[in-house]
Amino acid sequence: MFENLSERLSGVFDRLTKQGALSEADVESALREVRTALLEADVSLPVVREFVKAVSKKATGQAVTKSITPGQQVVKIVHDELIAMLAGDTDPGVLKIDSPPAPILMVGLQGSGKTTTTAKLARRLKDREGKRVLLASLDTNRPAAMEQLAILGTQIGVDTLPIVKGEDPIAIAKRAKTQASLGGYDVYILDTAGRLHIDAELIAQAAAVRDVVSPRETLLVVDGLTGQDAVNVATEFDAKIGVTGVVLTRMDGDGRGGAALSMRAITGKPIRFIGLGEKTDALEVFDANRIAGRILGM
Amino acid sequence: EARRTVDDAMLEELEELLITADMGVETATRVTANIGDALHGRRLTTREIKEALAREVGRIMEPVARPLPIYPKKPQVVLVVGVNGSGKTTTIGKLASQFKAAGKQVVVAAGDTFRAAAVEQLQVWGERAGVPVLTAPEGSDPASLAFDAMTRAEEIGADLLLIDTAGRLQNRQDLMEELAKIVRVIRKKDPSAPHNTLLVLDATTGQNAVMQVDIFRKIADVSGLVMTKLDGTARGGVLVALADKFGLPIHAIGLGEQIDDLAPFDPQEFARALCGLEELK
Ligand SMILES: Nc1nc2c(ncn2[C@@H]2O[C@H](COP(=O)(O)OP(=O)(O)OP(=O)(O)O)[C@@H](O)[C@H]2O)c(=O)[nH]1
Ligand SMILES: Nc1nc2c(ncn2[C@@H]2O[C@H](COP(=O)(O)OP(=O)(O)OP(=O)(O)O)[C@@H](O)[C@H]2O)c(=O)[nH]1
Ligand SMILES: [K+]
Ligand SMILES: [Mg+2]
Ligand SMILES: [Mg+2]
Repeated sequence: MFENLSERLSGVFDRLTKQGALSEADVESALREVRTALLEADVSLPVVREFVKAVSKKATGQAVTKSITPGQQVVKIVHDELIAMLAGDTDPGVLKIDSPPAPILMVGLQGSGKTTTTAKLARRLKDREGKRVLLASLDTNRPAAMEQLAILGTQIGVDTLPIVKGEDPIAIAKRAKTQASLGGYDVYILDTAGRLHIDAELIAQAAAVRDVVSPRETLLVVDGLTGQDAVNVATEFDAKIGVTGVVLTRMDGDGRGGAALSMRAITGKPIRFIGLGEKTDALEVFDANRIAGRILGM
Repeated sequence: EARRTVDDAMLEELEELLITADMGVETATRVTANIGDALHGRRLTTREIKEALAREVGRIMEPVARPLPIYPKKPQVVLVVGVNGSGKTTTIGKLASQFKAAGKQVVVAAGDTFRAAAVEQLQVWGERAGVPVLTAPEGSDPASLAFDAMTRAEEIGADLLLIDTAGRLQNRQDLMEELAKIVRVIRKKDPSAPHNTLLVLDATTGQNAVMQVDIFRKIADVSGLVMTKLDGTARGGVLVALADKFGLPIHAIGLGEQIDDLAPFDPQEFARALCGLEELK
């Protein structure tokens, strides 16, 4: 449906055949195409602006290489810069879940995939790292949310905190913490109710949960199909709750996944995993290379 | 308030306002160009310009703002489809409650036989709305459930049957084929059904919504749209691109998680919220 960046740029550079340095005008019209391509891939506008600035610095005055066309050259600069931004400067290392029982807090908007990702992560930690994991649903809001997590726990052979009707999220978090210590668990993961970043009351509640358990990781679960709102979601969740990493779900879709760049650029936190399906094994470690190519439609 | 001359810089700002509302570059450029043609060189306040922009968006949205049509058919079958987590089940709960309040006899079918606790979730909504929920065990064939639900709804003499389905991404061919089968089986029972096929879109979704509509429309004959989660900061601008491309009616918008948080789609209000002039209520 949308043209990829190479196609866009080939149009811009068709008339430019002679070799030399990329002129300012060439770069400017190329950057216009880069901007459009990123916006169509759902990268948030403020992030697009910053990105285009960075690419502009790198591209202006660069000698045109004989072996590739100017269009290919710009695509390469953009691609490299995307990978660099998506990956960040430092290796985030593994999840900080030493010192048992290590709490992980899952937060995000309604329907982003928190509960499913909670189960996926638990399965991964259990199967690959041999961790003993306890799951707890703090979602007292959505109908059957607790049952959903309990069913998933049973499916993957991971314990879930027994459901006590009428308990509030803070009380559940405390009980999970106690149970995780007493039960000798390595990790406990707290699934929370979906909340809007502008819902002051629910955001404060998540912050209160955070204060109770001092999570080692707070993962913001974001729909990979998210559009321009990514900037607001990232800003608010990070400012009010403090996230340590991001999980992008629904990356098995045919979206371009520009939210990945928005999330990374705004929070500065690593994207840890991507969700690639509804089943509990459909979770993969984030790979900047792959996502960069996808954002550019390559 | 200071007046500004409507020039290219001003128009670029307007275009960016629309882009940040998820309208997409192409549609935003076109809408801005229309405004530019009409207002270029005039001196206006920011508010006046936004008002003009909202009028233009409202004009585009006016023809697609139509409530869910009610047919003299018993039961009228409403199939609810969409990608994962968009708000299908919640919207069914809200619709059931509204139609019941309007004096209709409503039955709901739990066609998501796949996701953990999807049936239980819908049962809670059924209780809240005060309508019966027809279910089948987890893992059973959703098409057979739909068929059985139609039989049952007929026996009860229900006016409306709302059928929930599992979330599916439009690029998953196997799941889209499953949906096509649900539609085929429903038509075996009543060739005029489903009388409405609602595609539920999440307002936070960006340009992928265009693909969602395109493919769901081809597979399941979508007859109308509902957009949820407009109570957040997402402004749902992709609806303008969709109105332009497909012209499908927009029946309602979701403005929260409670049973009454479903409102008719009001094109003027939507346009004003999109242009940052007021909040949606
Ligand atoms: N295709 C696909 N579907 C996913 C993925 N992750 C989650 N889902 C689906 O998305 C829907 C919502 O997932 P949940 O885990 O219930 O989302 P949530 O964030 O817990 O939702 P709330 O608790 O209501 O806020 C379900 O249908 C999941 O099966 C993914 O990576 N790919
Ligand atoms: N803020 C807000 N949340 C909503 C709205 N509509 C639905 N939700 C929430 O979004 C989440 C997902 O809603 P569901 O109704 O379960 O979505 P679904 O499409 O049935 O999901 P699957 O069946 O898993 O594909 C739930 O937490 C709902 O409470 C809305 O209009 N506004
Ligand atoms: K809004
Ligand atoms: Mg959940
Ligand atoms: Mg559902």
